[in-house]
Amino acid sequence: MALTLAYLAILVAAVSGLAALPFGTRRRLAQRAVFLLLAASGALAIAAGAWALGAGLEQRGEIALGLPWLHWQMRLDALSGFFYVLIGVVVLAASLYGPGYLREYERAPRPIAVLHLATGIFVAGMLLVVLADDALSFMIAWELMSVASYLLVTFEHERGANRRAGFLYLLMAHVGALAILLAFGVLAAFGGGFTFAQMAAGELTPLWATVAFAFALAGFGAKAGLVPLHAWLPEAHPVAPSHVSALMSGVMLKVAIYGFVRVTYGLIGQYYWGWGLLLLVLGAASALAGVLYAIQQNELKRLLAYSSIENVGIVFLGLGLSLIFLGTGQPVLGTLGLVAALYHAFNHALFKGLLFLGAGAVIMRTHERDLEHMGGLIRRMPVTAGLFLVGSIAISALPPFNGFVSEWLTFQTALRAPVLDGGVETAVLRSLIPLAAAALALTGALAAACFIKAYGIAFLGRPRTRHVARAREVSRGMLAGMALLAGGCLLLGVLPTPVIAALAPLTRLLLDVQLPQATASGWLWLTPVAPSVASYSAPLVAFAIALVFALGYVLFKRRAKPPRYTPAWDCGFGGLTARMQYSSTGFAMPMRRVFAPAWRIEERVETTPGPDALGRPRAIRHALHVLDWSWLKAYVPIGRLVLAAARRIGALQAGSIHTYLVYSFVTLLVLLVVQWLVGAA
Amino acid sequence: MSLAQLGLYDQAIIVFAALVLFTSFIMLAQPRMLPLVFAFAWQGVLLAVVTGLVAYVSNHPHLYLSAGLTVVLKVFLIPWLLYRLALRLGIEHEAEDIRHPSLLLLAGAALVLFSYYVALPIVRLSGLATRNTVAVSIAVVLVGMLLMIARKKAVAQVIGFMSIENGLFFAAVVSTYGMPLIVELGVAFDVLVAAILFGVFFFHMRESFDTLDVDRLNRLSEAHESILTHDEAADAVAVGERP
Amino acid sequence: MTAHAFLVWALALVQALALAAAAPLLAGWIKRVKCASQNRAAPPLWQPYRDLAKLLRKEVVLAENASWLFRAAPYVVFAATLLAAAAVPVFAVDLPTAAIADVIVIAGFFALARFFTALAGLDIGTAFGGMGSAREMMVGALAEPAMLMAVFTLAMTANSTNVATVVDYVLNAGLVLRPSFLFALLALAMVAVAETGRIPVDNPATHLELTMLHEAMILEYTGRHLALIEWASQIKLAIYAVLVANLFLPWGIAQELAPAALGLGVLAVAAKLAALGAVLVVWETVLAKMRLFRVPQFLGFAFLLALLGVLTFVVLETAGVNA
Repeated sequence: MALTLAYLAILVAAVSGLAALPFGTRRRLAQRAVFLLLAASGALAIAAGAWALGAGLEQRGEIALGLPWLHWQMRLDALSGFFYVLIGVVVLAASLYGPGYLREYERAPRPIAVLHLATGIFVAGMLLVVLADDALSFMIAWELMSVASYLLVTFEHERGANRRAGFLYLLMAHVGALAILLAFGVLAAFGGGFTFAQMAAGELTPLWATVAFAFALAGFGAKAGLVPLHAWLPEAHPVAPSHVSALMSGVMLKVAIYGFVRVTYGLIGQYYWGWGLLLLVLGAASALAGVLYAIQQNELKRLLAYSSIENVGIVFLGLGLSLIFLGTGQPVLGTLGLVAALYHAFNHALFKGLLFLGAGAVIMRTHERDLEHMGGLIRRMPVTAGLFLVGSIAISALPPFNGFVSEWLTFQTALRAPVLDGGVETAVLRSLIPLAAAALALTGALAAACFIKAYGIAFLGRPRTRHVARAREVSRGMLAGMALLAGGCLLLGVLPTPVIAALAPLTRLLLDVQLPQATASGWLWLTPVAPSVASYSAPLVAFAIALVFALGYVLFKRRAKPPRYTPAWDCGFGGLTARMQYSSTGFAMPMRRVFAPAWRIEERVETTPGPDALGRPRAIRHALHVLDWSWLKAYVPIGRLVLAAARRIGALQAGSIHTYLVYSFVTLLVLLVVQWLVGAA
Repeated sequence: MSLAQLGLYDQAIIVFAALVLFTSFIMLAQPRMLPLVFAFAWQGVLLAVVTGLVAYVSNHPHLYLSAGLTVVLKVFLIPWLLYRLALRLGIEHEAEDIRHPSLLLLAGAALVLFSYYVALPIVRLSGLATRNTVAVSIAVVLVGMLLMIARKKAVAQVIGFMSIENGLFFAAVVSTYGMPLIVELGVAFDVLVAAILFGVFFFHMRESFDTLDVDRLNRLSEAHESILTHDEAADAVAVGERP
Repeated sequence: MTAHAFLVWALALVQALALAAAAPLLAGWIKRVKCASQNRAAPPLWQPYRDLAKLLRKEVVLAENASWLFRAAPYVVFAATLLAAAAVPVFAVDLPTAAIADVIVIAGFFALARFFTALAGLDIGTAFGGMGSAREMMVGALAEPAMLMAVFTLAMTANSTNVATVVDYVLNAGLVLRPSFLFALLALAMVAVAETGRIPVDNPATHLELTMLHEAMILEYTGRHLALIEWASQIKLAIYAVLVANLFLPWGIAQELAPAALGLGVLAVAAKLAALGAVLVVWETVLAKMRLFRVPQFLGFAFLLALLGVLTFVVLETAGVNA
């Protein structure tokens, strides 16, 4: 039954793009129909997922598609259920948001039907990936998702930058897919078949298990944006329409994490602490690099995309801790790490979805993508500003919102490092895990700085351009979409204990372990290991903050005189202007100086001396470029290598028919010899 | 054996061992010359305290002599020599420009971890209560080397060298309750002689290069010399062509 | 709820409110000792209370373009700080409010307060506010990992991140000399100096434009808003002092809820805070304020100390080599 709901969700999403057709030129109605179907798909996905997760179902099915001997195997279990809820929530929010947002594109030169079709197939592909239970249908769904999202990235293809970003994205998606295919190949060779059940049953040797793990990490890591494979992500995610950006950053990265968890925990089923250490290092590096690059961005959506890399890093850091503890015989702590990682994945889907939708609202009303041109929007768009603030607090990992809970759980897992006792290798782990925790702490603090910058420059202060000064609040539908996600942020932040209790079927499925201690003290208290070790009561914290507000209101607000409004103090020079405010570049300058080696900074100041006696300059030009090392040191050299190799191989194409005949002839001979050799063996 | 199970004196040994390591980091981060010398003297004090404590706990009276020697040599004599040298060379207010000091300190922390890892097999063989401090002594040696690598001023080089010796001495004390006295005396006088030689060397260096940057020593190499002479030859030609 | 549980919660509330109420006194004490040490005439001990009372009575003057966030921020800052105060054991250990938030959550409360102060600094759109926010975030971003790292050292030793449990652990272990605690103490003290805006990182007494950090952000605040922010920063200083005092020198704190033990606990914590205040005065008199880009080195050194704390814990203090 739950599986039927899941099928229905996929089907409705896939056909949602077609719903526009009967309405012809009546675009408003067409869009309503499309997004209604998409919302239905999201709701169905939530229902199916919640059902599967809540009841701990494991339903299998078969679709008569694919190869004659390998029909598409489908399975809905607690893990898929969890990700179904995740996808469903963001899809629902995006489809509430969509109708209002797409008015912007109504007079666009492109056919909007392409956008609808691609969005529908994109969502259906993601839902199908999570449901797939064999390698073939998984890869088909994966490609469906990648190609559809490529179309979305290049939707505004008249800009050359978007076309380049799309190409890079497609390239990286396929390099990643190749690695995933190889991982499945290794697993299938040992399992004797392509269904996940057969693969899971295969007994891998440690070496081949590591090979499969490495391929899975490369493939899914490339899709999720792990350092150093991340450089495509900040190019591709921001250029899509904003509701699609929300889906890509909020959901598609999580589908990659789903794939990684499924392959590592579900199919390989062996755990080595060395893998965990690798994940720990990569995760910490991604988290730090992501947030450091994010802080230097002036374009709002690009900043958000870089911050996605940071959050994926935090998720992988949690997974690394989980693998380390599982590999050293601490299953409960390993489970805690997994729960922390999945919790953060869900949180990131919520707040990054919210922030991208908010950024879309800002861009729609101001037509500005650059933070340096925004400012003062809190007065023009108060509700959007409030919702964006919720997202900013949540992503900065501050109590009482959800980002804090998952980072807190990750900290708690990391702080269990002293239980590792024994051999030489655990000694190293014992000292490295606290370092990872320190990296996480630095990441959290930098994320707060980053989002203070984003929020403060965009929404606070005075408007820096005329467009921005005339911005209007967005429509109710768009606000509803954002409010849904903001509510999720608050709910998951205030009630972590029920959420973790709900994850019990999932951990039972993957690791056969639950966390009885985490929820033992009732819904008020979150105690991941034991009440004496660590406890956090989010409901009481939220209640206390509300109480102080209420008291403040009663004590001051009602009794006091209303405040008096006057111009801000301008030091007596007369007239504060918007240009006197701190700029986005200026705000990030101290960080740029402190963490200078993290970027390649190209900064030029040209001063034109003025004519007057005081020597005051007539004009100052300041040019600043903050470049990504991974782009300069990994992507560009590899690109050059590939081009060189292509030129070499291109020499084979001589243009003479006789040469080609010789190629065919030699190939035939070689194949025959191989056949003969194999037969002889 | 966890710390709480040890006796108070053993705990004190461990605390002072950690402080010895800490002074190594102070030296690594200290760009000024005189504080650098003082930090080195403090390391000597702490080292002497550790040696004295080990002597008391393990009942090895000859270690008292080592401790006394440490005080005389590394707390007073060598720092005094360096201090006087710094005053006479007029570099007491000089500060070195360390690039990326935070990264340098992190590298030092990484060395501590590495030496912990390296020392584990040794630690396992030892039955002494102070065995865990072996890792610290190796770390002191490695951080001393890092100091010599990372710093340019000759005084810092000498301090680095001396702190390497401190680390070795420390290792001997905590792993085998000291070396035979005759070896220790020999090493001590070697160090003293080295300090004096360095002093002489400073003056010569200053006279020859007008700086105490050891980077400039590469001018002594023949390759560089040939470039120099080549340049000079080119200059000479240029001068010669002028009417 | 039984009568005992009610009593315990009431006591916990009293403890939190007492810390909040006593915080201005600590500020007054520090000022007084400082004046005495510099041969200046000192204001009376209760001068901070007078200042707060005056500010609370005064009319609020807002900039024309102040948004709702600017007006809400003082309350959030004060609420977060008060919550942190509730989670710290001041004169008695086993109180239920301590379980609401462990030390990571306390750091989270301070981060929340900083987040809103920095946003408020950007709201009016003056250059000072932005400058203060940017600088404060740099200091905060570097101080937070150092603080958490220092606290992790204790947490790993005591096997808990709950402040009350750690205090209990240290009390029950008796006198154990731990190098890791020494490093953690130094690191936490340095972080506390940076976080509470004292010399050499920031100067709470200055309004000189180029040296301000915290003051630059709150320059536009008046009346009760300013009072709340000032009070919150006094509470923050008191919390850090209590943390340093009770985590590393917990002796005297009440372990059972008998009147005599509680009385002793109050006296002990008052004595410890007075002594710490005097130490702070010496520190502030001896040192000069650093220029801004020396602060990262200061905090980097604090982080190194905390890191050394963790490393010495792993290298010297664990039993991990028995295998």
